[in-house]
Order: sequence, then structure tokens, then C-alpha cells
Amino acid sequence: MNKVNKKSLSLVILAAGCFGIISALIMDIMGADNSFRGELLIVGVIAFLGGLYLYPTQKHHKGIINFIFLFPLLFCFAVTVIIPFGLGLFYSTTDWNGIRLTRFVGLDNYKAMFTEISFLWSLIITVLFVVINMIAVNVIGLALAVLCTSKIRGVGFFRAAYFIPNLIGGIVLGYIWQFVFNNVVLNWTLQLFDYNSSMLSKYNTAFLAIVIVYIWQYAGYIMMIYITGLTTVPSDVIEAASIDGATAVQTFFRIKLPMIASTITICTFLTLQSAFKQFDVNMALTNGTGSVHFMGQYLTNGSQMLALNIYNTAITKNSYALGQAKAVLFFIILSIVSIIQVRVSNKREVEM
Amino acid sequence: MVKKFTALDLIIRIIVIIIAVLVLFPFFLIVINVFRNANDIVSNPVSIANMSFEKLINNLTSVINNTNFSFWSAFATSAIVTVFSLVLLALFGGMAAWVICRNKTKWSALIYMVFIASMIIPFQVVMLPLISTFRDVGKFLEITMLQSFPGIVFAYLGFGGAMTVFILNGFIKTIPFELEEAASIDGCSPEGIYFRIILPLLKPPIVTVTILNGMWIWNDYLLPSLMLGHNGKVKTLPVAVQAFIGSYVKQWDLILTAAFLAIIPMIILFLFAQKQIMSGLVDGAIKS
Repeated sequence: MNKVNKKSLSLVILAAGCFGIISALIMDIMGADNSFRGELLIVGVIAFLGGLYLYPTQKHHKGIINFIFLFPLLFCFAVTVIIPFGLGLFYSTTDWNGIRLTRFVGLDNYKAMFTEISFLWSLIITVLFVVINMIAVNVIGLALAVLCTSKIRGVGFFRAAYFIPNLIGGIVLGYIWQFVFNNVVLNWTLQLFDYNSSMLSKYNTAFLAIVIVYIWQYAGYIMMIYITGLTTVPSDVIEAASIDGATAVQTFFRIKLPMIASTITICTFLTLQSAFKQFDVNMALTNGTGSVHFMGQYLTNGSQMLALNIYNTAITKNSYALGQAKAVLFFIILSIVSIIQVRVSNKREVEM
Repeated sequence: MVKKFTALDLIIRIIVIIIAVLVLFPFFLIVINVFRNANDIVSNPVSIANMSFEKLINNLTSVINNTNFSFWSAFATSAIVTVFSLVLLALFGGMAAWVICRNKTKWSALIYMVFIASMIIPFQVVMLPLISTFRDVGKFLEITMLQSFPGIVFAYLGFGGAMTVFILNGFIKTIPFELEEAASIDGCSPEGIYFRIILPLLKPPIVTVTILNGMWIWNDYLLPSLMLGHNGKVKTLPVAVQAFIGSYVKQWDLILTAAFLAIIPMIILFLFAQKQIMSGLVDGAIKS
């Protein structure tokens, strides 16, 4: 009797859910003039899932639970990532203006961005930025890790101190450093070299400023990963080396460094990806300003990197389709990097 | 064994201290300058002259009461968005990861592949269509997806989902399946197995993903700035800081105080949960 009750209850809830969903969708398509259809749809979906859950069945219960467990995350994921990603690829071949599109333009957007000199400039300085940081952040991070694994007192404090910049968001950080460069460093350069203009006003020194801030923010994080790597090197190997008469320098380069090779790979690609995506600091610190003479043109955004260029093209200049095409190129470059990363780490695993 | 204090130790110690001073210098600048007024800051930014608590309170009140900034509302928005996103990500992420991990079917393998592959998609590729999709869906359903709490939490569930599932999935693999079989023989339902057996075991990886996602969501600028806008009522802390500072160029007393207020919560949290935060971020990086 209980089972029959349960079954009819679950069927009622299921039916109510279906009714809610269908009527909400009909109202949407008819364009009905009311404000509760969204809520009705949500309630309908919840009722549908609830009815499904209560339905008394031994055979399908596992399947129903699987569906209910997967549904919320997959739904959010599909709406926020998969659908916009597909639409984005499609929009990059049209004259989309952010709201509607009128025609296909094929690869015109892609051709247009390669004739845009400021974009080429952004591409070049982004690659330069990535290469410089990949080397600098890793070398500094590793050096800090070596210092912070030596046996001195208060190591915990220094680790935390070096790590702290990584806690703060790029926007706030960018403004703090704007203050440092515009007020403090300017005073210093004025006193030392009699040089009276901010580092942020010229494209080359502004670029250097972004590199400095990036290293400041990221080296402590990379240091933590290297510390984890260094502490996994077995101490008996190091002891054996020191008994054989190896100096500290030899132990580091001949034993520790080869043993943390996989950590080096991880850190290299981590800095590569995050430096490539750099946006917040770039925006808050310089907003891309700094004039530069490049390929016969005078550019006003000499410190604008790729991510900021995409943002400015779409949001500031309102060329959504062009910005989208640039973003697709951005994606292609990043996926090539990721594929290389997977290859490299797989190869290393085979060797080990 | 008593360790001798050698010259090398002294050199290392000096180097480590110098680096710490360099790294902490910007924070030092903020802390001293929130105690000073605008004239003092501009005339000599690296000085501890003329510091007083009155000036600090004066700076704080003028920033907090500023209608362009509306600090408390921005702080509350950031806190609500972060907490809801984190709780729902842990809940739904764990559920999805468990189903994907324990079902050896083509479908679950496919879903997992799509999740992993999506991790290389940069936000820039989806941001423009995302806004238009949310606007269209919002119009279609008469729900405000943009400039609303549910909309942005929904977006964070979508963007954080892949990484959360990836890390939790890796952990669930290590839980012996016999545990679930035994419970199932004892008559435990599948949902009971998850919530009573698996979820309590998932505590450590959930702490890891919560730290990773929390740092990202709290500091994120681009997504909330696009979804909530600069003029809307709902603003997260980074968006509010950007809007505030944008309108007060060169008013360094206000700017530094705003920055001070924005970083204080993170620093306090770090002081309390230093070990977990550092190891959580490192774990996440190594696994992904």
C-alpha cells in the first residue's frame, strides 16, 4: 500500500514538473507578457527531478541517481562553457556586433587582425613577456626554494613572506604598484639619474614594470612548488653524495636538479600559461599605454598585451567579431602549448 | 649534533632578509601611508613622519562612506558570491566526480574527457558569447542572469566545475570500491553511499579545491566586471576597486586606503590558514 502511495505521489510530482516546464516554454515561445515563467521553469525542473527521485523502482534507481547527481554541474558547464565556446567559434566568422549578426564574412576577421599593426605588436610583446618570465620566474623561484630549504631559523616566516603577493588579485596589485612606480621609483630615479618621467609612461620601461610585478607576484608561488619538489629528493642520496666528497654546488646541479626535472616541467608550463593570459596587472598598471614606432606606424598602446588587446577590441572599440577572432587565435596558441606540455611530460614518464 | 654557525649561514640569512624586505616593501608602503594624509604621501611616500590614527580613521571613513565605492556592499557581494559558489561547487562537483569515477561507461568517459579538454579553454574565448547567451536566456525566461547573484554563481559553477571534478575524481579513485560494495549489500541506497560514506572521506580534497576556487573567485575581475558591469548595483570587491580608483586618479590617500581594505581580508585569512592555503595551492598545481 505504501509503495502504491509513493508511486502515485512521485507520478503526480513528475507530471506537475513536466507541466511547469512545458507551460513555461510555451509562454516563452509565445512571448507571453508575464514575469513568472522563469521561476515556473526552475520550479518545474526541480519538481521533475524530485519526482524522478521518489519514483520507487529497484531496477532504475541507480541510473536515476546518476542522472540527478550529474545534472546540476553538467547543465551549468554546458551553458557557460560549451555553448558559448561553440558560438564563439561561429561568431568569429561573422560580422557579429555583440547582439546580432547580419552575414558571414568567412575568414575576413582573421585576415583583418593580421593586418592590424597594434595587434601584431601585442602578439610580439606577449611572446617576449612569456619567454622572459618563464626563465626569470623559474630561476628566481628555484633560487628562493633553495634558500628556503636551507637550515636557517625562521624559514617558515620567509616562505610565507615570499608567498604573500600571490594572495592578492591582479587589479588591486596593479594599483599598488602604480603608486610604487609613479611616486616612489620616480623620486629615486629623479635623485639618482635626474630622470624625471615615470617608468610607466614609456613603452619599454612600462613593459619592464609589468615583468617586475609579475615576477614579484608569481615567484613565491613557484618557489612553493619547487620546495615540495626538493623535499621529495631522498636524503640518503644526498648523504651518499656528500660521503663521496661532492660539494654543495655539485650536489645541487648533478643530483637535485635532475631529480626534480618533472617539477621543472610543471613550473615551466604553469608560468607559460599564466604569463600568456596576463590581464589584470596589465590593465591596472598601464592599461596598455606607451607610444611606440612600429612597422611604419605610430602606436599608442605599446604595453598592451594579447589578453588586454582582445578585451579592448571587443569592449572598448565595440568590434565584437574581430575580438572574438583574436580570442580564437589566443585559444589555438594555448592549446598548442598544452599539447606540447602533455607530450613532454608523457615522454618523461616513459623515461623514468 | 650541534650545528656550527658558519659564514655561509650568515650570508644566506642576510640574502633571505634582503629579499623579504624587497618583497614586503609595497605592503609596508600601504601600511604606513594609510596613516598619513594626501599631501604627506605625495611629498614623501617613503617616510613615517606625520603618522597618526586620526588620519587613518579619516581615510577609512572617507573611503567607506564614498558612494562610488560602497565598500560594505561590495564586500558583502564578494563574500556571498564566493561562499555560495564554493559550497555549490563542492556539493555538485563531488556528486558529479563520484558518478563519473564509479561508472565505467562510454558516457562517463566522454563527459570526463570533455571536462579535461575544457580546462585549456581560456576565458577570453567564451566571455563575449557568454554575456550574449546570458542576456538572451535572461530575456527568454524573464530571469535576470546578468547583474544578479544567481547568474554569477551559475557562471562560476560552470567555469570551476572542470577543475573541481578533476581533483575530486583523482581522489575518489583511491577510495577502495569494496567499501561501497559492502554498504550496498547492507542495503544502503546509492545516494546514501555517496552522502554517508564517500562525502566524509572527501574532506581533504574538498579543502584543496575550495582554496583553489576561493582564491580565484575572490580575486577574479574579468568575469564579474563583464557580468555585473561597472554601473550596476551589484559589484564585487575587485570591480568596485577598479571603478573607484578609475574615478579618483592621483588621489593616493583614497586609492591606498581602498587597496588596504581590499587586501586585508585575504591577509587575515592567510594568517589563520597559512599551511592549508600554501599546500592546497601547490597540490592543485601539481595535480593539474
